[in-house]
Amino acid sequence: MALKNFIKKKETETLAENKGVKISVRNLNFYYGTNHVLKDISMDIHEKKITAIIGPSGCGKTTLLRCFNRMHDLYPGNRYEGEIILYPDGINIIGKNIDPIRIRMRIGMVFQKPNPFPKSIFENVAYGLKLKGIKDKEVIYEKVKDALEASALWDEVKDRLNDNAYSLSGGQQQRLCIARAIAPEPEVLLFDEPTSALDPISTAKIEELVVELKKRVTIIIVTHNMQQAARVSDYTSFMYMGELIEFGSTEKIFTKPENKLTEDYITGRFG
Amino acid sequence: MGKKDKLIEAVTASVLGFFAFSVGFLFPLLTLVVLFYESLPAISRFGVIDFLTGATWDPVAEIFGALPALFGTLLVTFIASLIAIPVSIGIAIFIAELSPQKLKPVFSTAIELLGAIPSIIYGMWGLFVIAPLMADYVEPFLQETLGKVPLLGRLFEGAPTGIDALTASFVLSIMIIPFMSAIVKDSFEMTPALLKEAGYGLGATKWEVVTNIIIPYALPGIVGGTVLSVGRALGETMAVAFLTGNVHQIPLSLFDPMTTITVTIANEFTEADSDIYLSSLYYLALILFILSFGLLMFARFFILGRLGKRWGAKSI
Repeated sequence: MALKNFIKKKETETLAENKGVKISVRNLNFYYGTNHVLKDISMDIHEKKITAIIGPSGCGKTTLLRCFNRMHDLYPGNRYEGEIILYPDGINIIGKNIDPIRIRMRIGMVFQKPNPFPKSIFENVAYGLKLKGIKDKEVIYEKVKDALEASALWDEVKDRLNDNAYSLSGGQQQRLCIARAIAPEPEVLLFDEPTSALDPISTAKIEELVVELKKRVTIIIVTHNMQQAARVSDYTSFMYMGELIEFGSTEKIFTKPENKLTEDYITGRFG
Repeated sequence: MGKKDKLIEAVTASVLGFFAFSVGFLFPLLTLVVLFYESLPAISRFGVIDFLTGATWDPVAEIFGALPALFGTLLVTFIASLIAIPVSIGIAIFIAELSPQKLKPVFSTAIELLGAIPSIIYGMWGLFVIAPLMADYVEPFLQETLGKVPLLGRLFEGAPTGIDALTASFVLSIMIIPFMSAIVKDSFEMTPALLKEAGYGLGATKWEVVTNIIIPYALPGIVGGTVLSVGRALGETMAVAFLTGNVHQIPLSLFDPMTTITVTIANEFTEADSDIYLSSLYYLALILFILSFGLLMFARFFILGRLGKRWGAKSI
């Protein structure tokens, strides 16, 4: 049995690596209490690509996103079934013996609304590094600077790193949250409707930034805005009522969808 | 809106406004005026500095000094806060963050019920249960251990009677813990989920989220709860009335009997047989009033104002 599993695991691993898969979701079911929220979802997240998850409100897209970093563990009554395999080491993210804290250090998250800590700009970005146990002040400074540059915020804040993060505008705060998420150099970055609280100009900046960031990390982005998915993503998955209806390259989903529901949704017939 | 409705609205607003004005402003002011008027004879006889620093309280010779009672009040309040602050923060952390979801309301209610016990009952419990325990076990133990430490040992000298500053402080701390932990717990629970998730999302442990995010965020609430509780401790009479020993002396050791302003007033008001005796008790009350009021004002405008500035906009 163990040998069989081992061989099976080896096979899928090589298979996955060939295709450049970073995360493989297999037959994922998720329950809140007795509520069956996610139904038998299987999909591959490709490395250093942007995968968008779209669908109408309540379809489970945010719930799916929060499975990747085990955010549901913070609240009672959750139950996962199936597998979410994280490569290269092939661990099952939702496995019982996996420490969610280790997972969250490898998979960062940016939230719906900017949520900086009530601390200085510098401390916000440095926080994840401190959690990782980095103590060398010069190393921390370099990584903070790098993260702020990568999130296109450095020029705006370099002279006021000790100011309170709340002195920034909403769009700047969200870019600060992105800097905070990328500073510890995660392998995957989860975006949960990152522009839903922002104005169009800030939104454009964040979108530009997301595309730029795929050079560094694998990105999964949940969005209610179809144009946004079309603009930034390489792959798109369409969800409806807790099920994954269709998954494929963004170009294909938006030009030649196979499923009638997908077509109806992207042409704006419902949702 | 009809004319009648407008009239009703205007009348309601002025009646409610009158009540708010009386309760919030007029009553405290009138109290202050009465206290000041009644203590005038004592003020003119002993002055301000001499009364505050006078260590003698001798009704027979009609010499009154507030220092022992004032010092006792501050000492008991200080030690009680020293015990109550960490315990309350611990209780609040447990209820808000650590306890299982289903038991949360049970613990919250239990703590709130503790706050509903009349303070005289704390006093009786202190006298009949805690004082003997202190005298027989805790205080001899403290003398054996901390009492041997140089300098610090001075605080634990004397006969362990159980009716002293330490017992009074302890019972007072038990009395303010429910109040303080309820306020601190509320401010912990006001921490936005989004802020906690930001910490967890970076891989913080529960402990790191509590110490790095929740406590800093709730700091104004912690300070506010502490000050309100200290204010309550300052003015508390019944919980400590049986436990201080009612001796007008400055306690040099925690095992010395002492007194507080409130206990002095409660015990001696009916016995005050001369005008100057009565006036001196009013004078003590005036000092207590100013002390409590000053503490609250200081907290309201100075501490919370500064914290607010430091933490910036709180809402997300």
